[in-house]
Amino acid sequence: MDTVTKDDIRKPENLIYKRTNLLTDKTMSYCPGCGHGTTHRIIMEVLEEMGIQEKTIGIAPVGCSVLAYEFMNIDMQQAAHGRAPALATAVKRLMPEKFVFTYQGDGDLAAIGTAETIHACNRGENIVIIFINNGIYGMTGGQMAPTTLPNMKSSTSPYGRDVKLMGNPLKITELVAQLPGTLYVTRQAVHTPAAVRRTKKAIRKAFENQKLNKGLSFVEVVSNCNSGWKMTPNQANEWMVENMFPFYPLGDIKVNED
Amino acid sequence: MAKVKGDIVIDVEKCKGCQVCIPACPNDVIGVSKNVNGKGYNYVETVNEECIGCSNCAIVCPDGVITVYRKRIE
Repeated sequence: MDTVTKDDIRKPENLIYKRTNLLTDKTMSYCPGCGHGTTHRIIMEVLEEMGIQEKTIGIAPVGCSVLAYEFMNIDMQQAAHGRAPALATAVKRLMPEKFVFTYQGDGDLAAIGTAETIHACNRGENIVIIFINNGIYGMTGGQMAPTTLPNMKSSTSPYGRDVKLMGNPLKITELVAQLPGTLYVTRQAVHTPAAVRRTKKAIRKAFENQKLNKGLSFVEVVSNCNSGWKMTPNQANEWMVENMFPFYPLGDIKVNED
Repeated sequence: MAKVKGDIVIDVEKCKGCQVCIPACPNDVIGVSKNVNGKGYNYVETVNEECIGCSNCAIVCPDGVITVYRKRIE
């Protein structure tokens, strides 16, 4: 066998995987190892595969992903804190031919925006909600969020979350799955290649549901926050597998018929 | 039997050195560089020639800095 040099392999016809052009060239503002970047990329890959870049309107939230419009090369609108589902409702009702999705963190969707989330889900608006759950308020410095696990340390619960004093964590994904308005509710993660592929399939299914005007799809992505958890990215992923997944089990919670 | 040989190209200036790609690689191709990039991160680099072009590293990379090539060798 002849020796193959790197120049023989690095040819356009051998290209297998490349960062999608639907992401802008800007360096993402997220911390190293954050799941936001991976989720941004797979959403954009789904839009590219479906060929709906110019027909999609994204709603950016408040939180770490507030600058999502800088990185996603599609039409985007910034919403007030927690109000992304309400804004997405308005956009979708005014422009029903567009694809509308919201991209929200747990502080945005499960805390200040609980009312908007639950009512948009209950009305069964024909939108996609992508929910990044890392268990804390990442942007403001790792404070305790409604999704913080029992006994989990954060900057405002340094001895761990005491459920007697601070209440129980909110499983908002299970909550919205109870509502008749939701069509497809799933919980995924982006810490391993297999998990990323499954998440991409789930996001694809969510956008396909919107294409067929079927109803609201809700995709939760359990993500790490290594800066907020004070760990390295790989330690944070291991911690997430050990502690987050028993409480937030991955998998489909509510699936519609194809 | 046809053999598959792969190669990855890492955009070292955009790499943040999070090292999430290292456990994702089945053949331990990726390692941390001793050098730093313009932002001061120890970026990752290929340390051997065992790449099979599975694109696992590129799929988990949060910043999408890895481009993957794969060639079948008869």
